[in-house]
Amino acid sequence: MGLTYQSTQSNAMTDLYRIDKEEGQFIIALAGNPNTGKSTVFNAITGLHQHTGNWPGKTVVNARGEFRQEGKENILVDLPGTYSLFASSVEEEVARDFICFGNADAVIVVTDATCLERSLNLVFQVMELTTKVVLCINLIDEAKKRHINIDARGIEKDLGIPVVLCAARSGIGVDKLKETAVRVAAGEITPKPVPVKYDDKVEELIKILLPEYKDTTADISVRWMALRMLDGDEKLLSAMSAHMGELVLEDNRPLSEIQEELPDKETLRDGISEAIYRRIEDLKAKYIQEDSEVNARDKKIDNIITSKRFGLPIMLLALALVFWITVTGANIPSSLLADFLFYIEDRLTELFTYLNAPAWLHGVLILGLYRTLAWVVSVMLPPMAIFFPLFTILEDLGFLPRVAFNMDHLFKKACAHGKQCLTMIMGFGCNAAGIVSCRIIESPRERMIAILTNNFVPCNGRFPTLIAISSVFLVALGGNTFGIMPALAVTAMIVIGIVVTLLVSYLLSKTVLKGIPSTFTLELPPYRVPKIGRVLYTSMIDRSVFVLKRAVVVAAPAGAFIWILANVYVGDISILGHMVNFFDPFGRFIGLDGYILMAFLLGLPANEIVLPILLMAYLSTGSMAEYDSLEALRNILVGHGWTYLTALNTMLFSLLHWPCATTLITIRKETGSIKWTIVSALLPTIIAIAVCFCTTVVYGLVGKIF
Amino acid sequence: MKKLTDISVGTHTTVCELKASDLLRERMLALGLTKGARVEVIRKGPSGDPTVYGIRGAMIALRKEEAALISVTD
Repeated sequence: MGLTYQSTQSNAMTDLYRIDKEEGQFIIALAGNPNTGKSTVFNAITGLHQHTGNWPGKTVVNARGEFRQEGKENILVDLPGTYSLFASSVEEEVARDFICFGNADAVIVVTDATCLERSLNLVFQVMELTTKVVLCINLIDEAKKRHINIDARGIEKDLGIPVVLCAARSGIGVDKLKETAVRVAAGEITPKPVPVKYDDKVEELIKILLPEYKDTTADISVRWMALRMLDGDEKLLSAMSAHMGELVLEDNRPLSEIQEELPDKETLRDGISEAIYRRIEDLKAKYIQEDSEVNARDKKIDNIITSKRFGLPIMLLALALVFWITVTGANIPSSLLADFLFYIEDRLTELFTYLNAPAWLHGVLILGLYRTLAWVVSVMLPPMAIFFPLFTILEDLGFLPRVAFNMDHLFKKACAHGKQCLTMIMGFGCNAAGIVSCRIIESPRERMIAILTNNFVPCNGRFPTLIAISSVFLVALGGNTFGIMPALAVTAMIVIGIVVTLLVSYLLSKTVLKGIPSTFTLELPPYRVPKIGRVLYTSMIDRSVFVLKRAVVVAAPAGAFIWILANVYVGDISILGHMVNFFDPFGRFIGLDGYILMAFLLGLPANEIVLPILLMAYLSTGSMAEYDSLEALRNILVGHGWTYLTALNTMLFSLLHWPCATTLITIRKETGSIKWTIVSALLPTIIAIAVCFCTTVVYGLVGKIF
Repeated sequence: MKKLTDISVGTHTTVCELKASDLLRERMLALGLTKGARVEVIRKGPSGDPTVYGIRGAMIALRKEEAALISVTD
């Protein structure tokens, strides 16, 4: 008799977690609780700047990188943060399945020195699964600041696995961690994990089951398999059979016979968790000394940040401040960049003239492709290179989970998930990324709501449009370049976006996505002083690369295409002109015009190009004027009949309209449904049209009264 | 027996029993809400919900629906 897994070679699920490696290369997996600085450790080891932040659930998909140790390349896989291996969300499942079924040669479990008690739970679970474990106690610098003393050698002896103290942000302990992990993977160090002892009945049954597993082909620890058979985690058992082939009972003795001798599943699982935490308490008492009031400072800060009176105002103020710095800071680099790029354009034009290049070629390449590129870069790059580093600082401080905490009651009223707030924050960078991050929401209903409404957060491509339009119209009004008005206008747009998100979430959960809010646990990480220099540098570079890449990949070809549309004539009017005429009546009906609507339609591939298309269309030559100042931009817009209503409605339309193509493709991928993808495009479109129509009517009425 | 939601802010209590089931129960256990665990009620959110609890050295926010599923000693 005996239980075996029949391994099937052609198992797709297994392949998913097998990483190709070369001879002599090791694969090291990085596991840990959310928010233990796991991504920082990943970056410190690989030197790869994966985006990190101080909030739980940042890494949703496996990231990987390479690092050299003693002249050999090794692969490091960053797993999503998990509290346990009894997966209760998609990301936890991914982490668990990789440790269980992937081909890692060693696992580093990253723990938070300031919260070791809780993080050790996962360590014990991983230790049950594999012997090749290294414990990394990260944030040791924070622990020192809080007067927490950790006896690493004591813990090492007690657990039977190597322990490395780290402060990954400053690079402390990283070399030692690399070396230890590789030596464990190579078998030079053989950890001998001391497992948690469960109560006698469980241990007795494990002994009965243990021999049964000797003949399994998998590398999974037999004790762990026996335990999982006992507590009957069905999800895990089905994952096991999916990865390793079907579970076969050789002599037909049902497993339930063994399980009958046990208390019910809940009691058993409780007992296992209790045993682990008892062991941790014991460990803590022996090797960790801390002041009784370690969180005192954080509590004081939270007294203000999450207070009834100041919580929401502080959040709005922080947002407005970030925008103010962005708007005022971006002005000068923006015009410098524009001057430089358009100087190059003139030189390129001279070159074309010198070469006697045909006018159409010069048109497509310079007036279309290059100008759009130059425009997108000079308008988009500076604000984004300022906004994101600032935002990253807020993130690293630990401010964002407090935002989610403060906003939770609103999301609850909207019958949505509290973590939707975090996915919206990701949407600021890119809606497609925001939609992927919706995986942190466990309930399918709430995840769908979060996916459908993510678009109401203005992304990287729409922000600069909002900033540019509000600057053009409000700076001129205030007569002061450093005025607060544009920043307030953009902040107001964000607030409108949030209100619409909440309303739409509410309506969806009362109609097509009915249901009650699912469970919610949110960890508020300790406040940490970010490494400002490093954050500014990496975030600025990251963002610039992102913006530039999109400018080249999407905006430049679109520019060439639009130039062709604007310069190919059918009858007396260009194709673009025909389109404008077609859309004009409807555009006017909602307080826009044909040009603006057409620009949004042609901007489907990327929101960055909406404004360039609009300007190109406005200028009779069919190519853009030089962007030399806000004043020039203002003259073009006002010259085409823009009023404050047009500016307001263009901003609202930009905020609320359909998602860009990349986002739609991502929604299709994430939901796996054409139907929902169509909903995700139609819903915002209807809202944008309705809102613009309302403002137009109100504007008209107000105009009549006064 | 009291629920965690009955405990006033600023005081400590001890977990007796979890009434939650399935995934929520797993999540609570993973966070360290095992029988006998000490919990501090740290603060309530701007509208009185959710509430922040100090659990095993971490600050965890729970909505009252979830916290009501945790029985504690007086």
